[in-house]
Amino acid sequence: MMKKTYRTQKIAFFFLLVATLLIVIPVGIIVVIIIQKGMPGINWEFLSDIPRKGMRAGGIFPAIIGTIYLVSGAIAFALPIGLLAAIYLSEYSKDNLLTRIIKLAIVNLAGVPSVVYGLFGLALFVVFFKFGASILSGSLTLGIMILPIIITASREALESVPYSFREVSLSLGASKWQTIRNIVLPNAISGILTGTILGLGRAAGETAPILFTVAAFYLPRLPQSIFDQAMALPYHLYVISTQVPNVDEKIRYGTALVLLAIVLFMNLIAIVIRYQLRKKKKW
Amino acid sequence: MVTKINIKNLNIWYGNSPAIKNLNIQILANEILTVIGPSNSGKTTFLRMLNRLNELELSFKMKGLVEIDGKDITKIDVELLRKKVGMVFALPLPLPLSIFDNVAYGPRMHGIKNKNKLMEISEKALKEAYLWDEVKDRLSTSAFKLSGGQQQRLCIARTLAVEPDIILFDEPCSGLDPISTAKVEEAMVRLKEHYTIVLVTNNVKQAARVGDRTAFFLSGELIEVDKTQKMFTAPFDQRTDDYIRGIFG
Repeated sequence: MMKKTYRTQKIAFFFLLVATLLIVIPVGIIVVIIIQKGMPGINWEFLSDIPRKGMRAGGIFPAIIGTIYLVSGAIAFALPIGLLAAIYLSEYSKDNLLTRIIKLAIVNLAGVPSVVYGLFGLALFVVFFKFGASILSGSLTLGIMILPIIITASREALESVPYSFREVSLSLGASKWQTIRNIVLPNAISGILTGTILGLGRAAGETAPILFTVAAFYLPRLPQSIFDQAMALPYHLYVISTQVPNVDEKIRYGTALVLLAIVLFMNLIAIVIRYQLRKKKKW
Repeated sequence: MVTKINIKNLNIWYGNSPAIKNLNIQILANEILTVIGPSNSGKTTFLRMLNRLNELELSFKMKGLVEIDGKDITKIDVELLRKKVGMVFALPLPLPLSIFDNVAYGPRMHGIKNKNKLMEISEKALKEAYLWDEVKDRLSTSAFKLSGGQQQRLCIARTLAVEPDIILFDEPCSGLDPISTAKVEEAMVRLKEHYTIVLVTNNVKQAARVGDRTAFFLSGELIEVDKTQKMFTAPFDQRTDDYIRGIFG
């Protein structure tokens, strides 16, 4: 009997291990291949120069800058709005059919294909608001795309703060807003940042939403204002991989590597902030 | 003695089920009123009505008059009411802050920013709750590092720091060992000099030890309220007698 239990446990562990490896190994291989093939292409010129000879030589500096602008713009737009919406939904709204539908809709919006957001951005920002294909349009489109992620994660973070903390704060005569500001938010902030990290990674990597709203096929200079078009890494990668013949492999993989590194670096910043905040946490 | 709280024809429902039925009671200034009764008798509802904490529940409905110092509590700003009517909960519930920040939280929310003033208030409150000597050297450490009994006295100090008139205790010793319980009871008895205290407790002996008057609730009704000594020696109602002697509940 004991022996059988032990064997079942071993088999279960084996399958759990296999499942984990099935996830880890392909990702590992992808990363290794990108680094292996991309590293030779990385040098100072590649990072700091504009693309030359129809993107077959030179660097990717405008695309790096474009992606940084777009992601920063998207976060600057989506984080405040998303956080305020999450606070409203979890702290103020009454629990009725309407708010339940809204909450459900937001969760579902996170699963809408990104190309749909691209078309929406084209119709609303580029055409209707006449922002044209610009960093502004692209940032707003990416921002709207990551809003549901930020709202959902923030709501979960806010709702995980124990109800008793709120009761104590209110019982001491603090107002509802004081309670949210001083008790709920500080204890939810790391969860909110996790949502922001997820949104950030998605915004940096998506091609479809920026395709119609901002991305320039070939623009070998830096954007001058938020109403300028810009190159962006994901789209640039798509272009040099499929649209331009005879681009050197190391340029293509080098671009992918830089994109990967930027996303990783941005995540790292958020993780460090989160770590610092958690250290301050007293429970 | 002066009437501090006056309750007339009070009825409370959660949804359609009544929690308090036609309650009439006066609470006097500087007394300890202990409230006893089996679970579901409405004693916690009664307590949480006094600082309007019940209102957080959506299904809560109330009818009747509750006056504190002659003023209808539903017509006072709820923040001001809760400043005046402090509460200590059943379990020690420190906020996730340092010891000092826990005590200073209330005063800060009411607009006091001066660090020295906050320190002064905190020291006074911690002394009143008999905790000062145990924590004065580690005010900046987390409140969660304290023992359960210390945490509960911290919660008392936190309530005192807001300088209330009335303090509501909701089974404050239910999670504490006998020694900590004795300390909390000692604090309560000394506090009545300056405050009016309402103590809800499941511990009948505790009600007898610290109460001036005792009220017995059963299924949302006030069965009787009288001097604690009288209640425990010669109760008016048979059901009170049964409950006190532990025959039911």
